[in-house]
Amino acid sequence: MHPSVSAVMTAADAHRAILAVWRIEQPRLITSLARMLRDVPLAEDLTQEALLAALEHWPATGVPEKPGAWLMATAKRRALDHLRRGRMLEGKHRIVALDMEAEQQTMPDLDAALDDDIGDEMLRLIFTACHPSLSREARTALALRMICGLTTEEIARAFLLPDATIAQRIVRAKRTLSESGLAYETPRGDELSQRLSSVLGVVYLIFNEGYTAARGEDWLRPQLCNEALRIGRVLASIAPREPEVHGLLALMELNASRTAARTDAAGEPILMLDQDRALWDQLQIRRGMRMLARAHALGGARGFYVLQAGIVACHAEAATAAETDWRRIAGFYADLAAIAPSPIVELNRAVAVGMAEGAQAGLSIVDGLMREPALKSYHLLPSVRGDLLHKLGRYQEARAAFEAAAALAGNRREHDLLLRRACAAAGALKR
Amino acid sequence: MRFMFIVKSAHSGPPTPELLEAMHKLANREIKAGRMLDNGGLMPLATGAQVRIANGQLTVTDGPFVEAKEVIGGYAIFELRDKQEALASAREFMQLHKDLMPGWEGTCEVRAFAGFTGA
Repeated sequence: MHPSVSAVMTAADAHRAILAVWRIEQPRLITSLARMLRDVPLAEDLTQEALLAALEHWPATGVPEKPGAWLMATAKRRALDHLRRGRMLEGKHRIVALDMEAEQQTMPDLDAALDDDIGDEMLRLIFTACHPSLSREARTALALRMICGLTTEEIARAFLLPDATIAQRIVRAKRTLSESGLAYETPRGDELSQRLSSVLGVVYLIFNEGYTAARGEDWLRPQLCNEALRIGRVLASIAPREPEVHGLLALMELNASRTAARTDAAGEPILMLDQDRALWDQLQIRRGMRMLARAHALGGARGFYVLQAGIVACHAEAATAAETDWRRIAGFYADLAAIAPSPIVELNRAVAVGMAEGAQAGLSIVDGLMREPALKSYHLLPSVRGDLLHKLGRYQEARAAFEAAAALAGNRREHDLLLRRACAAAGALKR
Repeated sequence: MRFMFIVKSAHSGPPTPELLEAMHKLANREIKAGRMLDNGGLMPLATGAQVRIANGQLTVTDGPFVEAKEVIGGYAIFELRDKQEALASAREFMQLHKDLMPGWEGTCEVRAFAGFTGA
């Protein structure tokens, strides 16, 4: 190998090795600093400085035996410097500074690092990052940065955006939190469940962003699914009494279990009913089913995420597409429509009813949606209608519906698929 | 990416209480962080059995056996971003052994599951 190439590779590998250690240690660093400084955005800034210090020193010295202790000592030193520099070296901050100085005298050991229970602080961190006063985009970026330890560059790559856009989003979001006095707070009681929905919304958004990424795109995009699963598991361990937390985790685990079966070798998407179920990840399905059972045991059977997880579970439990319990799925969609009415839920219910009771029953629901303004340019409405008409032998109408759907489809692959179906309907007409 | 860590050692004795406690805490932290999916320690090889095919013959042998050099003592399954993260995690785990069970020697094998893409 060319020597300069190998040197570049080594530097890149060292960089990645440091980032890997960093991601393991980052939650404990940021939560410890937040507890001392009572300011999550500030804690995040200072832990980033510890990362920069590691990136500066470790390539020369190698990763220390106890990298967590090194990072913690460095981060705390930065925090102490900050407090010393600051104008607010009084009251509780003075006490914090004194405590920290005393702590600096004794070298932190690995065992102490493992002892910290950071559950409460982690919850605070998650709630701060997903604060409803921030835009959705800002919440997403902050969550990936503060909870998952992704760098600005990694977040930018995952969302196909320029680094500067993400950097600016993060800076602005942190400023908003600091200026509105929301830098360090944990909601309690009623507010908690209200705020929880904002957190779960962010997690599900991250998951879906990764889930819709096509094969062959930058691997960081599908990786977003795993980041969302991680946050979901963290939430399940620190908020174990919240059924919707388990519901969302179940929904994500069950959807992610189909990853290997979702595309063919050429990267073309394979519809769920046509997938090779042997490729579904049974370990992940079992974990999802366990989470779903827990959500039910906590009395959350009619929650927004629990109901959706229930639908996916019906698919996961069916050994073949033909064994799918469509009647049960239709029931879940009806329950979902009752708590969160939406024409898209209704369209999904039409599909399930069409499978359970026959195409005519499904078509009646779809026809009721045809004048729905929210679905006016939604390609799946004529697509579903075309499918039901085809099953009823009304090929001419089916063809027109598929052509209308193709005209509305956003991406080429779907457009082509719909045109093929229009041709198939036309072909059936001639026979 | 999904990884399995397989810990092998020629030491047949149990871990020291200190090591056991530290491993327990580490596992707890990793589960709470959403990284570790499963883990477990295995009973001594002597209490196990081997079902083997050799020379076209299937044989079942109960322990104890003529001891192998390194025996699997435990495993853990992780869901991690990449191999670098797996190595960082395995190093931390093995450092505990170095610190809390002096004289112990062994290997933590880090293996990616087939069929899980990533860097």
